Amino acid sequence: MTADQYNFAYLDEQTKRMIRRAILKGLAVPGYQVPFASREMPMPYGWGTGGVQVTAATLVPDDRLKVIDQGADDTTNAVSIRKFFERTAGVAVTEATTEASIIQTRHRIPETPLREGQILVYQVPIPEPLRFLEPRETETRKMHALEEYGLMHVKLYEDIARHGTIATAYAYPVQVEGRYVMDPSPIPKFDNPKLESPAIQLFGAGREQRIYALPPYTQVVSLDFEDHPFDPSRADYPCAVCGAVDSYLDEVITDDAGGRMFLCSDTDYCGQRQAAGHTGTEGAP
Amino acid sequence: MTAALEQPLLQVRGVTKHYGARLGCGDVSFDLWPGEVMGIVGESGSGKSTLLSCLAGHLPPDAGEVRFDVDGSLRDTLQLTEPERRRLHRTDWAFVHQHARDGLRMGVSAGGNVGERLMAIGARNYGEIRSQAADWLNRVEIAAERMDDRPTAFSGGMQQRLQIARNLVTGPRLVFMDEPTGGLDVSVQARLLDLLRGLVREMGLSAIIVTHDLAVVRLLADRLMVMKDGRVVEQGLTDQVLDDPQHGYTQLLVSSVLQV
Repeated sequence: MTADQYNFAYLDEQTKRMIRRAILKGLAVPGYQVPFASREMPMPYGWGTGGVQVTAATLVPDDRLKVIDQGADDTTNAVSIRKFFERTAGVAVTEATTEASIIQTRHRIPETPLREGQILVYQVPIPEPLRFLEPRETETRKMHALEEYGLMHVKLYEDIARHGTIATAYAYPVQVEGRYVMDPSPIPKFDNPKLESPAIQLFGAGREQRIYALPPYTQVVSLDFEDHPFDPSRADYPCAVCGAVDSYLDEVITDDAGGRMFLCSDTDYCGQRQAAGHTGTEGAP
Repeated sequence: MTAALEQPLLQVRGVTKHYGARLGCGDVSFDLWPGEVMGIVGESGSGKSTLLSCLAGHLPPDAGEVRFDVDGSLRDTLQLTEPERRRLHRTDWAFVHQHARDGLRMGVSAGGNVGERLMAIGARNYGEIRSQAADWLNRVEIAAERMDDRPTAFSGGMQQRLQIARNLVTGPRLVFMDEPTGGLDVSVQARLLDLLRGLVREMGLSAIIVTHDLAVVRLLADRLMVMKDGRVVEQGLTDQVLDDPQHGYTQLLVSSVLQV
């Protein structure tokens, strides 16, 4: 099948309407998980079927798309999804955060602050923050409806009792506008403060068939205890390539004798800094 | 007399539950006063657990009213909205299951199990939650160093005591107990009964205890209700019913106890 035989952005128009309705409902009730009729996509569950459907329903022909996977523009998942939309929608693509109008992301928020008018689409594996504590869907829905969120703190309590500190480092639960407790997808808790953003943030879970959303400038509070406040932790090193001290770092093992280096997980941010003349200990002069 | 004693804590009127054509429990009425412990005895299948489930709101009865004292006025708990009813379950009511596994979160440490009810009513200070949990574990004779162990590592008796601590930590006014000593050996039973009696007296709890063990009600209950085939056949003060049973079934029950 050639590219011009696909409908724009792969999905048919009725499906996109259905997804848009779910997105609008999600935006109207921030943090609430809206069920939607998730479609089979030409990729396996867990590879971002939810995010791809939300992106497909949001794209218009003059959009410019950026896709990142763990912060990187050049990994398999990011490259294949970007190619997928280049082929089926013919939209322009970019690796620069500032130039993109839609950014689909897996497990990171870009370091460069987002601005009004941009849309950030998350791929979500398990949208229900209470799932590992309460396996029954009927019960978790009731707990959301009645704002019974004590159980979420039981999880944080267990962390402190076992590790001395809140050890949850990713998918750190947040409360949206003082109402719904939400799973921000498996982003590092370092990114949690960036959830309060001028951009629209959409979350799509394909296998679990849920969409939820954060409108711009929504209040998002990371849950904690009074005497164990939330701490967006970060590895205590500068980036080895660009020298950044404010970005989230990947740890890369360089040999089998304990050698390691830390470098920015956001490849675009790291590249921009290198282009501007910043170098770290391992950076090219 | 204080105002609190002028009306009962719990007023039950005509509670009936059918399972299809068969009777679960029929037309049960009684009053429970603050600080009073009521025992319900009867053989297996006599409807005592059905009755307890209806009273505690786990099963909707077909007919009848269960009125509970909420802020000084008696309200029918069956008519409460769901948020109100669930709030009642977290604060003023407690339910001790026969099997501790049904009442505990087995994947969460002992301290977390006790702290859950505190966090459910809004406690957000880790240090305070922990010290209250430690205090309650101490009161049910669980060593402080077991606080971060999971209940799966506990013996049956310890699990049952943990379940009691978890239920009483928020200072409920009414406790429902379904065979709290079932499945425990006699020496552990004796300790648990001692503990329960102490806690009930000390906290001024009201309780409804369902059991088939007459020794349990003899020790704990002020009043006794005897059930057979879904009906209450006799009720009165515990010692009166046990020492001078009037109904034929009660006489059989009392005479069936093995003397050692």
